Amino acid sequence: MTTETTKSIFWQGVRDGAPFILVIIPFSTLFGVVATEAGLSVFETLTFSVLVIAGAAQFTAVELLRNDVPTVIVLISALAVNLRMAMYSASLTPYLGGARLWQRALAAYFTVDQTYACSIVKFEQSPDWTVGQRLTYFFAVAVPICPLWYAFTVVGAVIGSAIPEGLALDFAIPITFLAIIAPMLRTRAHVAAALVSVVAALVLAFLPYNLGLLAAGILAMMAGAEVERRAEQRAERRAEK
Amino acid sequence: MIDPVALWTVIILLGLGSFGLRFVFTGLVGDRPLPAWVLRHLRYTAVAVLPGLVAPLVVWPEATGGQLDAPRLAAALVTLAAGLWTRNVVLSICLGAAALYGGLYLLG
Repeated sequence: MTTETTKSIFWQGVRDGAPFILVIIPFSTLFGVVATEAGLSVFETLTFSVLVIAGAAQFTAVELLRNDVPTVIVLISALAVNLRMAMYSASLTPYLGGARLWQRALAAYFTVDQTYACSIVKFEQSPDWTVGQRLTYFFAVAVPICPLWYAFTVVGAVIGSAIPEGLALDFAIPITFLAIIAPMLRTRAHVAAALVSVVAALVLAFLPYNLGLLAAGILAMMAGAEVERRAEQRAERRAEK
Repeated sequence: MIDPVALWTVIILLGLGSFGLRFVFTGLVGDRPLPAWVLRHLRYTAVAVLPGLVAPLVVWPEATGGQLDAPRLAAALVTLAAGLWTRNVVLSICLGAAALYGGLYLLG
């Protein structure tokens, strides 16, 4: 039995994705500006955004290319930044694994921080959704985000001029992510994972090629899982008494 | 100037590689059931990666050349507190932005 229509789920997704427009527009514009300043043409900059569709990795790659780092190192670094996508992919698998291959391929292309963050919360809240309804929601979140990502990359590339530093647009990214993370901290296990992630990412920041973030992510996942396991054990012991 | 061969190599291989990372589990594992301990770890992927992604940006902001900056730190704390308290993403972003510009105005 489904109480929600495909149409209402689609609009839920669009609504949940819409706030990210605030961060996508400055971020992609900034990428366009940075890339053209590094010497890329408008076409090269747009191709970058369409094929890679991952802000942090794109910035990493352009920054390293600009500094004449060997191609192999550029690739390894940018892919390390993107390794979290594999974790997202793994985490979405229980929800989207039943879809057709081409649907999974399309979902893989649109797996970005925002579609993942919205979908994983929604899928956990709506365990009775069908795979089709989940896909509808997932792609709907991408609707207000991904086209603007391409479009404003071009805008930034065409403008090409410096964005005034007084605007402090650099901080749009951390603020947006913090606003997403905070409501996720529902249990002690989630809080433990987040704390381990922060501490480990800062302590391991000296590691090259962003490997610190990857290590922090793995340690934090282990911390979350361990706290959850212990909480379950305690609950079981209480139930036995 | 960036060498065009190096640039296109990076654009194409990074595009393919990023797709591969996104496709590896959803695409290849499909609907085969995953063991409980794997699922227990996967539940924490988001809270494990995103805070680590944000922490260095807050503590060592690039705009200040990596110096800890009071308005940015205050904005981060306000956003986090607002998010914990209201559970409202847009409202938290607005309050965080207000704290940032307020702080920059008062201290800048």
